[in-house]
Amino acid sequence: MNEIALLIAATLAAGTPLALAGLGLLVNERAGVVNLGAEGMMAIAAVTGFAAAFLTGSEWVGFAAGAVAGAAAASIFGWLALWLYTNQYATGLALSLFGAGFSAFVGTGFVGKNLERTAVAGIPGLRDLPFLGPALFRQHALVYLAIAIMAAIAWFFYRTRAGLVLRSVGESPESAHALGYPVRSIRMAAVLAGGALCGVSGAYLSIVYAPMWVEGMIAGRGWIALALTVFATWRPARVLLGAYLFGGVTMLQLHLQGRGVQVPLQFMSMLPYLSTVVVLVLISRDPLWIRLNMPASLGKTFHPGS
Amino acid sequence: MIRLEARPAPSRLWGVLSPVVAIALTVVVAAALFALLGKDPVRGLEIFLVKPWSGARALTELGLKATPLILCAVGLGLAFRANVWNIGAEGQFLVGGILGGGLALVVTANQIPMSRWAFFPMLVLAGAVGGMIWAGIAAFLRDRFNANEILVSLMLVYVADLFLSWLVFGPWKDPKGFNFPQTMNFADGTGVPRLVAGMRLHWGFVLALLAAVGMWIFVYRTYRGMQLLVGGPAPAAARYAGFSSRQALWSTFLVSGGLAGVAGALEVAGPMGQLTPHVSQGYGFAAIIVAFVGRLDPLGAVLAALVLATFSIGGELAQSRLGLPSAITGVFQGVLLLSLLGCDTLIQYRPRWGRR
Repeated sequence: MNEIALLIAATLAAGTPLALAGLGLLVNERAGVVNLGAEGMMAIAAVTGFAAAFLTGSEWVGFAAGAVAGAAAASIFGWLALWLYTNQYATGLALSLFGAGFSAFVGTGFVGKNLERTAVAGIPGLRDLPFLGPALFRQHALVYLAIAIMAAIAWFFYRTRAGLVLRSVGESPESAHALGYPVRSIRMAAVLAGGALCGVSGAYLSIVYAPMWVEGMIAGRGWIALALTVFATWRPARVLLGAYLFGGVTMLQLHLQGRGVQVPLQFMSMLPYLSTVVVLVLISRDPLWIRLNMPASLGKTFHPGS
Repeated sequence: MIRLEARPAPSRLWGVLSPVVAIALTVVVAAALFALLGKDPVRGLEIFLVKPWSGARALTELGLKATPLILCAVGLGLAFRANVWNIGAEGQFLVGGILGGGLALVVTANQIPMSRWAFFPMLVLAGAVGGMIWAGIAAFLRDRFNANEILVSLMLVYVADLFLSWLVFGPWKDPKGFNFPQTMNFADGTGVPRLVAGMRLHWGFVLALLAAVGMWIFVYRTYRGMQLLVGGPAPAAARYAGFSSRQALWSTFLVSGGLAGVAGALEVAGPMGQLTPHVSQGYGFAAIIVAFVGRLDPLGAVLAALVLATFSIGGELAQSRLGLPSAITGVFQGVLLLSLLGCDTLIQYRPRWGRR
């Protein structure tokens, strides 16, 4: 019983960075923008957040620094893709490559430094419940914040006028433009918000999850988060669910090892990547289903003059 | 107030000028970064850009670094032109390296008498097969199940990396290697024939140049090459003309994967001489930048590969001579690609001053 509770707890902890990044990318994509730079933004935010937390001693300063760094990295992408009309795929890819190099360069001085693990408070009252306490209520605050952000995004998308405008920009930027909405500014706002969330995700990885900085520590989570939005057919709650599913896969390897299952470590570590491929295959099998759910202008450059 | 106005036709001038301006911008950023870090920018740039070109040994090292970049980028250029987004060349490189290294290991372990020239074609074939298998998975999943090839090819990079790690930590580990995660050193007969006596530069460089020339002929002088070229910018027209997009997907994935695999095999059997967990130094990803800077043109890729090879060696020199982290290479690579994309805007658009 206790083992299962710990497995659930570990799943939530491992799924949270994917959820945060996936939700950020969801906001991007609902506005019609694909940012393949997620991996790079997360890397830049991870090192910035770690540095800020290390120097100030406050993890929340670290998360804020991560959010700012993620948004700053996203602004490079947004400026190029939205105002200079560059190809979104190539630009995002460039940001990922730049982020890998930049984070390694900036982070050289922080390799080997350790943050003190702060005790997790959990939710008072609920944290001492049998089974449910250790499983659900002894998590880092960001785990709960991710759920709240999911709810907030769902409310924003489906219950507010601004959310409707954002989605219309993603479906038909020409119509939104004709109605007088500033398509590029709206998309830029979405790109910055997405970058900030990816940034918090990266900072969570280096400050809470690892907690340390090493080059390449994002380890493909940005790309998996991109796959998550497809898996979730661009719906907020499903992004969260998918993130926990992937978190569970990550944790399964540790669990199996604990059980003494004799599979080499490397094959276990392949699981998240292989499951991403499997999930993409399963979800993409029906092109019509994807086309019905995908924001119609996703990845397409919008030029207001034409 | 500057606004961008679409040109009636793409500017040929800016198509050529854009990479040059982007490289110049990157050099400016580099100088500024050196100054910011308290280094003399002139000396910094000298070490970064001039030293890699100074002397015969330096030039052969430059060619050695450029070889995998050329091989990968020539294939990627073809794929990107056909609008096929294979960004997993790094994984295809690794699997090519694993198969090529495995072959060398078999020869070494069984003490099979072998000469370098006899082994060379086998090595190239093994690398090509390895790269094609890995690229073929992504092509198959795209073709059969419509799975996004960007994400699939990238996920397979991590899988290949872990697979290599398992091999060198496990079954292929050198029993006499003091438990280091590496294979035994390959026999001399499995090396790649040297181009210049006493230097590490090998015939793979010539092979890479031949691949570039061959690709240039294929793309610009054959009907099949033209089919692939049309499919990228104008898929509807290509369909109307009866050109198969499935064929474009498969052929570009297999060609780019095969070339990346050859690059991996040459790297493992050439300068490395054994398999370790760190076979690639990000060649497959750097090759994406090479392909774009080289205008997705095979001969352009050769020039761009020399630029990126300069950056790469310059980064190593910056580490040993200036005490800067060698990761600075990655920063400049990223800046180069981002500035290039920005400059490329001028190919399609003309800046106009003032309000409409």
